[in-house]
Amino acid sequence: MFHIYCPYCAEYREEEEFHPKGQAHIARPADPTASSDDAWGDYLFFRDNPRGVHHELWVHAVGCRKFFNITRDTRSYAILETYRMGEQPGVTAETATLAERDIERRTSDTATIQGVPS
Amino acid sequence: MARVAQFDPHPVQGAATQSPLHHRAASKPSGDSRVTLVELAFLDHLVLRGEPQGLAASVQAVLGLELPVEPQRLVIGETGSLQWLSPDEWLLIVAAGEGFRLQRELREALGDSHFSIVDVSGGQTLLELGGERAIDVLMKSTVYDVDPRAFPIGKGVTSVFAKATAVIRRVGEERWELVVRRSFADYCLRWLLDAGEEYGIDYRPAKVAATTPRAAVADTETVS
Amino acid sequence: MSASQPCRLASNSGAGSQIDRDKPLSFTFNGKSYQGYAGDTLASALLANGVDVINRSFKYSRPRGVVAAGAEEPNAIVQLGASEAAQVPNVRATQQSLYDGLTARSTNGWPDAQRDMMGLVGKFGGPFMPVGFYYKTFKAPASMWRTYEKYIRKAAGLGRAPIESDPDIYDHLNRHCEVLVIGSGPAGLMSALVAAGSGVRVILCDEQPTFGGSLLDSGETIDGMAASEWASNAVERLAAMDNVTLLPRTTANGYFDHNFVTLHERRTEHLGDTAPTLDGRRQSRSRLHRVRTRHVVLASGAHERPLVYAGNDVPGNLVAGALSTYIRRYAVRPGQRLVLSTTNDHAYRAALDWQNAGGEVVAIADARANPDGELVERAKAAGIRIVTGSAVIEATADRKGHRVSGARIGAIDIEGFRVSGEVETLSCDTVATSGGYSPVVHLAAHTGVRPVWRDDILGFVPGQTASRVEGFSVVGAAAGLYPTGALLEDAVAQVVRALESDGIDAESVKIPDIETLREGSAVALYQVPHDKPTMRAPKQFVDLQNDVTAAAIELATKEGFESIEHVKRYTAMGFGTDQGKLGNINGMAIAARCLGQTIPQTGTTVFRPNYTPVNFGAIVGRHCRELFDPERYTAMHQWHIEHGAAFEDVGQWKRPWFYPQKRRDNADGEFESMHEAVMRECRAVREKVGVLDASTLGKIDIQGPDAREFLGRIYTNGWEKLAVGKARYGLMCKDDGMVMDDGVTTCLADNHFLMTTTTGGAAAILEWLEIWHQTEWPELEVYFTSVTDHWATLTLTGPEARNLLAELTDIDLDRDSFKFMEWREGAVAGVPARVYRISFTGELSFEVNVQANYAMQVWEALFAHGAKYGLTPYGTETMHVLRAEKGFIIVGQDTDGSMTPEDLGMHWCVGYNKPYPWIGKRALTRSDTRREDRKQLVGLKPLDAKVVLEEGAQIVLDPQQAIPMRMVGHVTSSYYSPTLDHGFALAVVKGGHKRMGERVYLPMPNGETHMAEVVGSIFYDPKGQRQNI
Ligand SMILES: [Zn+2]
Repeated sequence: MFHIYCPYCAEYREEEEFHPKGQAHIARPADPTASSDDAWGDYLFFRDNPRGVHHELWVHAVGCRKFFNITRDTRSYAILETYRMGEQPGVTAETATLAERDIERRTSDTATIQGVPS
Repeated sequence: MARVAQFDPHPVQGAATQSPLHHRAASKPSGDSRVTLVELAFLDHLVLRGEPQGLAASVQAVLGLELPVEPQRLVIGETGSLQWLSPDEWLLIVAAGEGFRLQRELREALGDSHFSIVDVSGGQTLLELGGERAIDVLMKSTVYDVDPRAFPIGKGVTSVFAKATAVIRRVGEERWELVVRRSFADYCLRWLLDAGEEYGIDYRPAKVAATTPRAAVADTETVS
Repeated sequence: MSASQPCRLASNSGAGSQIDRDKPLSFTFNGKSYQGYAGDTLASALLANGVDVINRSFKYSRPRGVVAAGAEEPNAIVQLGASEAAQVPNVRATQQSLYDGLTARSTNGWPDAQRDMMGLVGKFGGPFMPVGFYYKTFKAPASMWRTYEKYIRKAAGLGRAPIESDPDIYDHLNRHCEVLVIGSGPAGLMSALVAAGSGVRVILCDEQPTFGGSLLDSGETIDGMAASEWASNAVERLAAMDNVTLLPRTTANGYFDHNFVTLHERRTEHLGDTAPTLDGRRQSRSRLHRVRTRHVVLASGAHERPLVYAGNDVPGNLVAGALSTYIRRYAVRPGQRLVLSTTNDHAYRAALDWQNAGGEVVAIADARANPDGELVERAKAAGIRIVTGSAVIEATADRKGHRVSGARIGAIDIEGFRVSGEVETLSCDTVATSGGYSPVVHLAAHTGVRPVWRDDILGFVPGQTASRVEGFSVVGAAAGLYPTGALLEDAVAQVVRALESDGIDAESVKIPDIETLREGSAVALYQVPHDKPTMRAPKQFVDLQNDVTAAAIELATKEGFESIEHVKRYTAMGFGTDQGKLGNINGMAIAARCLGQTIPQTGTTVFRPNYTPVNFGAIVGRHCRELFDPERYTAMHQWHIEHGAAFEDVGQWKRPWFYPQKRRDNADGEFESMHEAVMRECRAVREKVGVLDASTLGKIDIQGPDAREFLGRIYTNGWEKLAVGKARYGLMCKDDGMVMDDGVTTCLADNHFLMTTTTGGAAAILEWLEIWHQTEWPELEVYFTSVTDHWATLTLTGPEARNLLAELTDIDLDRDSFKFMEWREGAVAGVPARVYRISFTGELSFEVNVQANYAMQVWEALFAHGAKYGLTPYGTETMHVLRAEKGFIIVGQDTDGSMTPEDLGMHWCVGYNKPYPWIGKRALTRSDTRREDRKQLVGLKPLDAKVVLEEGAQIVLDPQQAIPMRMVGHVTSSYYSPTLDHGFALAVVKGGHKRMGERVYLPMPNGETHMAEVVGSIFYDPKGQRQNI
């Protein structure tokens, strides 16, 4: 159950109030007629599914009804930031990797003896 | 040419009016109720939309209310109450029959700017929940943090309510208001009565007004 | 000791802090009556009464008794409840408080606990029933597995659900706090005190009825008082603070994302089978607290780990600490002569408590060569015999296997895994063991934090990984920190740090004074070697609840299972209701030894919610019966009920489906069938006039200078020319070109439109408009507001509609001045209304829209004037028949997300020349959406006029072809038409638009094949004249 900061309501709210709407920053081609069938297919159907930093579009459906973006780590489910429509993310896969290497260095001793995934 | 159609829903001659909960009877008095519930029916509810900087002055002038721009704020004045719903959306609740007049005046004051005012009076109703255990009833019903420490008087939110939604507002030390949609009102009432059972909940239905007075404006013409 | 409770210590023993001897209680176990005291658990009461055998085991049906004293108990699982409705399966006797009249039965043992069938398998089949037995033995023939499984499950099952409805109620409570402390032992209490002192909201929960955890049976002194007294003082202080919520009998069962924790509070399960009323009002039997917290402080403690040795499942084998718990808290000493086998100092307390309680300690077998801690000294001083370098290698049983009769102890070589010296047999009735402690890491694991092994404490603790959640601290024994003084200090430091991270100053807290015992170091021992190899030794159980033995794990590794997760699944270790709380670490250690690995190399399995079983009622809460799901009502709902409507669920709406009337030809007052009612309603609309409550249609008010432009982008058809006062049917596609919704939208004024959507699509379409506005076209000046509930919609339709409405309105209804697809404003029955002349039946229709509070006034006025015109209320089924006769689609019934407007034959509704590339346009030029063999909407006319085709029936072109046949489409809507007097259907057929007049076949499961002709989709009044009379 996520706890999500709505950038419009300016507070944390429960996941039940939100709907996820898929990957963020998918812009509709300005001139669809000019885009090839392949490009149009990519726009419609193909989405990233990264292990790690992911930018997602959500809507505060039971609340202010505003759409906004979430940067989320798909491994830990940690929400790294939320930001309004039209804004760009402050955390990206690149910036997060740098921060993470630092954490990994510190936890590498324990990493080798963690339980195996099930 | 009219830009927006306005419509006064109230009959000139009185007509029978029914709240969404007209079919539900009062609970039997128990003497030791620690929760009270009453429907405040037939108020006029308007949804106001626009950019706050464009609206604030006209709202102040026409309604005598400060337009709340801070999220979750509820302002209560003589005219009625005005609640922030989103950065460009407010809920105005005023006395029965006042909505149409105020809408006209607001439209006149706002002139050509881009805004919208929509009458939703028939689509929702107001319930007042009170008593020392009202807070427990709310905790059973909504995921929102209603602890008085986190929910001061004058705050209002839209959140999950049981499996429906509601606008939840704190208007007094132990007084709360719930704005529920007409079609969900019966479900919400049954939920509240069930949730309040262990505290002894005293439910009083709205007084049925035989007629609703119509605002002074007689025409239902569109205005520009 | 009392005769009725032979194992209960005398009241002058000073033991029994939790029981109230002045409140004796009666209870029944397996049909026999016993006595216990208020404060007892069912387990302590059974032990007090000398009941050794509580269950038969799951697989081998061996007699089993109490092993532990808490949540980790694997054996003493009972079926609770005197009446059928009150049955509760899988209740741990160690956690069930005793109440007067409690009725419990053994969970296992069919046909009965004494002479059970599976016992034969267990006794004689035992040696031949290795791991994977069920898979291997009952595997062939595969078809028989279901038969075998039925009996195996019945024989071995873990309790049963009641077959009567639960009389109790349950509920949920949403809570929010800054600090949630899970567990009220020393670390939990200390953490709560620190957090509470800072003024933030604190919740402290503990699964036991009394707060204090290990302090309740500790012999320690804290701040000069007994540990239990210090605990009760702390609890009193917490209880007095209004920022603290104390939840005893409450188990934290699941730890979810972002510090969301579910707590299961058993509110009345200690009071009776069903919840008693409170002040004459019902109260919930148990409650699920849904807690969102800034910080979780996990103080869940540790479970003592038993050793694995031969015969370790015979009743009378317990974990050492449980003895202290039973003696000190419940004044129960469950035996006479004890042999203790230990790897550490701490377990010596059990022997000392046993001796103090008047029992005989035959010997302590200590696996260490030179134990030298203070407790060891005390045991020596008490004259207890200590055999070093040794362990109990086998517990022997009496003839029936109902109780321990002796212990074989021998010198062992841990490194070489062998018995290294003489084996001595000691007579005893109780064997207690301790292999150290396993921190309770379950909740931490729920969040994805993997446990890591620490050699210094011989246990897994929650790991410090990159994914470890913010605001999560582990304190005390759960973190592998055992000495009381040290763990109190650590808890204070961690909570202060957590509060400071939020900018909250914690009050300075004095750390209590504790006398610290000098403890010798422990030794790592899990499975005790036997004088025979594991495979041939008497069974050495690892997981008592699932009957998994050391030999089974060894066999699994020999059969090639190297991953601990595979070993777990192959042996079923840890799959019971106890999730292997006692056995898992031993199992992993055995697997590691067999694989020649270390425990860290082998790893651990992880745990998932719930920590202990939660009853379904608590999960459901109040979302059941009449509150299971919201029911949405229109303003006319009561009228529909009063007039006998049958209702149809459309989303959450209750819509009148049809109105069965009393049959005129039947004196018994029998009601019409659905078919009869629908035929009558259809005829009324086609011949006279009907009225439909259409209030459920979605309605969206759209205002703004760009409203018209917005509509043009969202709908497939054009909106530039729609004049004020007029309405238009619109079709919406997704950007993949597939139809998603439809409805009529009206131009109320230049900048003002009212959109209608399908009943089911209302919320989704509003969100659809918003997502395009907010994410793609924020520059368009337009606002959308839902008015679905505000307007009630009364649809008057049929040739007499105008005549009836004319009696009630001042609107000029003349056909030439109020044209089809126009709207007018005026009063209807004295109520201001917007009236739309649109039609979904093909007949002359007026949709009357009024503010919902006035709807009944209008509805009743229609009926007051309607009798002479034959006004008939009709429901959704008649609506469906009438619209299908006209070939009007219902999105979601005749479409399924793969139909383009052209597939539906609605190219007339597509504005290819609109300037803006509207939603769906680009996709409609893709080669796939241009294919001529796409499934297309057509009409089907069954050759047999009486046949009503089944909706969903598959269509083939050649009924003689071999199965599997090539299917070319299916029926989407099908009804009997009283107007046409034959069945008819809408269907999608590949290339259907070019198949007019062709014959298709519909093979049915019963072997029958229907024949139908492909026809146009409009069956009635193809020129559309009737809506224009
Ligand atoms: Zn929001």
